[in-house]
Amino acid sequence: VGADESYPDDLRYHREHDWARIEGDEATLGITWFAQDALGELVHFEPPEAGAKIERDASYGEVESVKAVSDLIAPLSGEVLEVNPKVVDEPETVNEDPYGDGWLVRIRLGEASEADGLLDSSAYQSFLAEQ
Amino acid sequence: MQTLQQTPLHDRHVALGARMVPFAGWEMPVQYEGVIPEHKAVRRDCGVFDVSHMGQLEVEGQGAREFLQGLLSNDLARLEAGGAQYTLLTNEDGGIVDDLIAYELGSSRHLLIVNAANTDTDFRRLKDHEVPGAEVTDVSERYALLAVQGPRSIERLGLDEAPAFTIAEGEIDGVACVVARTGYTGELGVELLVDADEAGALWDRVLERGAIPCGLGARDTLRLEVCYPLHGNDIGPDTDAISADLGWVCALDKDFAGVEELRRIKENGPGRKLVAFVLLDRAVPRQGMTILEGGEVTSGSHSPMLERGIGLGYVPSGLADSGTEITIDVRGRPRRAEVVSKPIYRREES
Repeated sequence: VGADESYPDDLRYHREHDWARIEGDEATLGITWFAQDALGELVHFEPPEAGAKIERDASYGEVESVKAVSDLIAPLSGEVLEVNPKVVDEPETVNEDPYGDGWLVRIRLGEASEADGLLDSSAYQSFLAEQ
Repeated sequence: MQTLQQTPLHDRHVALGARMVPFAGWEMPVQYEGVIPEHKAVRRDCGVFDVSHMGQLEVEGQGAREFLQGLLSNDLARLEAGGAQYTLLTNEDGGIVDDLIAYELGSSRHLLIVNAANTDTDFRRLKDHEVPGAEVTDVSERYALLAVQGPRSIERLGLDEAPAFTIAEGEIDGVACVVARTGYTGELGVELLVDADEAGALWDRVLERGAIPCGLGARDTLRLEVCYPLHGNDIGPDTDAISADLGWVCALDKDFAGVEELRRIKENGPGRKLVAFVLLDRAVPRQGMTILEGGEVTSGSHSPMLERGIGLGYVPSGLADSGTEITIDVRGRPRRAEVVSKPIYRREES
């Protein structure tokens, strides 16, 4: 069962359909409702390893549905602190709750100023409308 | 750019919210609700697929059977009127031009239901070899084809039971159709051949009887779980039936195109074999991935029933025994898989 379409105001968004919840010098990352809807039910999450360095705009892992595989594009640079084990075991959690239980990784931020380059909810929704 | 063809049910698919994709020159529904729920509906209850893109070729005349015997790998002499047979259209090298089901509608009339992408090629090959007393006609545009599949399909359609691989005239709630006891899912089921004009009415009746609309996405995962090869992926003009584990549909004691080559391969043993495998690691194999011990994945996906990555691929014959561990290169990551006996998924006996 999928979630209803939403783009919470407290998140920052990347044009590759990833979100970041920034809290101090850490951030939680995931994919947006739009991304999970386009992919369909997820059946695999290929996560980065804890401790890995990830770089803004570059791939840090993959998610797959039955039909397709998609790179996860990092909205921010940093070091992976934790991978969501629930999504590794039950990837469909992302479809059910993309901004809650379906988060993918938690990182320690590298470059705090990078957040300025991300979109807020209304800018991301305008971007989606143009697609 | 070539325009995509649409089946008579196109507008119904769109109205149901299907995701439409190009497939073999047709605009087809890949999914409605989702591949996984559609897949499970077919395994547990009943689903319906629009497979009107598939081709129908008729071969008629006193010489029809003899003509087809020389081009198809299986032995049509074993068929009676109302019977059906899985068979291969082979080329002179023993390669597989297409895989298809041949139906004997009468002693001098055969129907071939062929893959959409190969309809023209098959038709041309048959026409090129046509002999007096066997007339080949492409009747694809006359018909739509619905596959209704699943353990409850016969009951839901209100049909009488009949042996698998038979064909007969029938009707569903007043809509006349030809009922073939065949399919591509490994489940009980039928394929309903209906006049294109009546396709919408038949589709509506089938949905009213509780069949879940299913797209080509679920059709692919269903056939892969039961290891039915897909032409263009697992088999093709450059692959032979013996290596593809389809020797059982080749009557090597009769004469047909490529039979000498197939006899030779069988006698010497094929160098590679098409095997089924299940991933031991978490990963989804995909078509074209390299098998590190040798060979290549020809079909790969996620099995909704096993909840694991599964696939078909060619490996050197020495690695074809079930239980052999192989390694698949998943975009640079080695992932372990085990060769298993076919089918990968077995229907639960009730």
